[in-house]
Amino acid sequence: MALLQLSEPGQSTAPHQHRLAAGIDLGTTNSLVATVRSGQVETLVDSQGRNLLPSVVRYTTEGVVVGHEARSQAVEDPLNTISSVKRLIGRGLDDVKTLGGRLPYQFRQEQAAVPRIQTIVGEVTPIEVSAEILRALVQRAETALGGDLAGVVITVPAYFDEAQRQATKDAAKLADLQVLRLLNEPTAAAVAYGLDSGSDGVHAIYDLGGGTFDISILRLNRGVFEVLSTGGDSALGGDDFDRSVAEWIMQQAGIQEHSGHAMLRRLMRDACAAKEALTDSAVADFDVELEDGSHWQGQLTRAQFNELVDPLIRKTLIPCRRALRDADLTPQEIEDVVMVGGSTRIPRVRELVGEFFSTPPLVDIDPDRVVAIGAALQADILIGNKPDDQMLLLDVNPLSLGIETMGGLVEKIIPRNTTIPVARAQEFTTFKDGQTAMAVHVLQGERELVKDCRSLARFELRDIPPMVAGAARIQVTFAVDADGLLSVEAREQSSGVKARVEVKPSYGLTDSEIEGMLRDSIEYARDDLEARHLREQQVEADRVIEALTAALERDGDELLSAEERARVESALSELVKIAHGEDQRAIKKGIEALENRCEFYVERRMNSSVSKAMSGRSVEDFE
Amino acid sequence: MLDFSKNFFELFGLPVGYIIDTDQLAARYRELQRVVHPDRYASASGQERRISMQGAAQVNEAYQTLKDPIRRAGYLLSLKGIDMDLQKETTRDGEFLMEQLELREELEQAREKPDPYKVIASLVADINRRITALVGQMAVQLETASPDQLEAAREILRKMQFLQKFRYDAESLEAELDEMV
Repeated sequence: MALLQLSEPGQSTAPHQHRLAAGIDLGTTNSLVATVRSGQVETLVDSQGRNLLPSVVRYTTEGVVVGHEARSQAVEDPLNTISSVKRLIGRGLDDVKTLGGRLPYQFRQEQAAVPRIQTIVGEVTPIEVSAEILRALVQRAETALGGDLAGVVITVPAYFDEAQRQATKDAAKLADLQVLRLLNEPTAAAVAYGLDSGSDGVHAIYDLGGGTFDISILRLNRGVFEVLSTGGDSALGGDDFDRSVAEWIMQQAGIQEHSGHAMLRRLMRDACAAKEALTDSAVADFDVELEDGSHWQGQLTRAQFNELVDPLIRKTLIPCRRALRDADLTPQEIEDVVMVGGSTRIPRVRELVGEFFSTPPLVDIDPDRVVAIGAALQADILIGNKPDDQMLLLDVNPLSLGIETMGGLVEKIIPRNTTIPVARAQEFTTFKDGQTAMAVHVLQGERELVKDCRSLARFELRDIPPMVAGAARIQVTFAVDADGLLSVEAREQSSGVKARVEVKPSYGLTDSEIEGMLRDSIEYARDDLEARHLREQQVEADRVIEALTAALERDGDELLSAEERARVESALSELVKIAHGEDQRAIKKGIEALENRCEFYVERRMNSSVSKAMSGRSVEDFE
Repeated sequence: MLDFSKNFFELFGLPVGYIIDTDQLAARYRELQRVVHPDRYASASGQERRISMQGAAQVNEAYQTLKDPIRRAGYLLSLKGIDMDLQKETTRDGEFLMEQLELREELEQAREKPDPYKVIASLVADINRRITALVGQMAVQLETASPDQLEAAREILRKMQFLQKFRYDAESLEAELDEMV
């Protein structure tokens, strides 16, 4: 979409073409896909009419099984059946060990930052497992819609850190998806609730899922959703409730800690069933077959259950308090609390949350589907199917970003709850004569010491011109995009030399690893990777040509002199000539060349849109 | 880089000055983001997306600067040619520093009190009152902004920074207490 089509909606020159887009809720326990069809938003069902796709993947020598079938096989084949992979994505092996769960998988013990799970078909990473879930959902959507998806919005917990977001995006890349946006789950829920112009004000979204907890405070004003603060715990959810119950059973039935994987799986399943039963009934009964073949029978009352899970629910109120503090609000100033996530079905959760915010929580939309519905609405807008829509979502970064300084301390560069996108620069200098390289350690977290924060990446600045100590002025710019992903650029100011930045993601995969996985995946064994890159470049070239042509038609004469216009047009025609050629590198170069020559024009258009938006504005216009 | 306009006030179409209509500022912020935000360019070319991201980041930075009375004061002073190194310069007002020491002591002792949250909340409320008073003084000094007044404004800003640091530390202590639950 070209620039002025946006500032002057409804005057699009291109004929309106409906493109297929979907919203995906990639959950810990269950995943869903939703879309907008004939103006109606709906979650898509499988051939048996089921909305939820269990986020369970089983690897067998005959192929990969995803969903209900995989889940039902989890007990008999625990080592090759991966569930709750969202808890592992974007995490390191050390994190995984301290997650508190007795995870029934075998991890390969090695130095690699990304945990690798051993299965019958070899090692898989959480990113690959997530990609399998995405593929299953996309297949469901494409079957239902009868065409290829042009783009998707994938939701992530607001409290997901940079590594977890990057890993989710990598999974989408592996599944060959065009990601329009990573959208925070609470924001998606707010959109689904249609908290639109009718409900301007400040709202809280309490999202307790299978494995993550999020709280977001947002202000709604005429279609703009402005997230004021967010908080949470990316390792707290319904799974923990199950675990509390399972531990209670173990205690009651005298089951040993070191019981087998299958036993633990069964206990977790029974615990989960009891938890769900207690939503409607006052007691849940158990009949557990022990390893010696004997049976243990028992009963859990709702009051006992409440006692077991109270500490977990209270743990969610701490981030609530902090998010309110960050937004500079009291619980009484919140108008509504929207409940999201399957775990908010638990009556005790509703009770304690209602008490905390002194208002009965909103539970009108199915808490399992609300996030996917919001994501689908946003995807429909982002893909360009609703050019006149004025909805805008302004999100924040959930955790502070900083760098390591002398003495193992962290200096914050972008504090938490800063509205994104954001760019901040920081200057460094050399401490030795003739120093030509410098190490920068990027961290995430709220604590003061490096050891208490999470290491995101290490950057090495090279090619600094040799100077006396303290003379170099190296400006490092941290930029966080609308998806919450960080990028870093470094430049030596006095000489203008752009220092090379080498990124070593602490918990992610490198580009070449992803490339390798793509190559290895069955789909691309048939489909040549080169051909894929060529198609990508051709599509991007068409996009650039289309946008520029539309722009010239609209305001070329207004914003460009005749001579400038001629220059832009000749550059454009050069790309048109090669855009459908067979040489992907040539197309890439052609795009870059055109962009270089037109950058002034794109910027001029943006500036012009901005001044148009502000021109003639007076107080009355806004009131 | 984009050159939206000469300064943040002009970007938002507002008069350059310390007293600001925050509702109007917020409304214009939303208007601007509707034009520049990357979500408006989700299916545009890579170049448009990149420039839109820069634009949105600049609008965010401008908004955060103008919204916060302490950052706004620093920004206005920098527009008047006064660039402060707030890491290094500090107030020499003995009475003010004495008060700060006492408040710090109270904060230190808060964690031993039966209800530390209450102690912290009342300290933060006290600090907020002090900041509000300084905001009023700042507005007076910056209204005509003679050289003497600018010097006075600079001194007020040093004190504001002090109070802000205190507020930050109080909130950190609260967060620390939360984690001990």
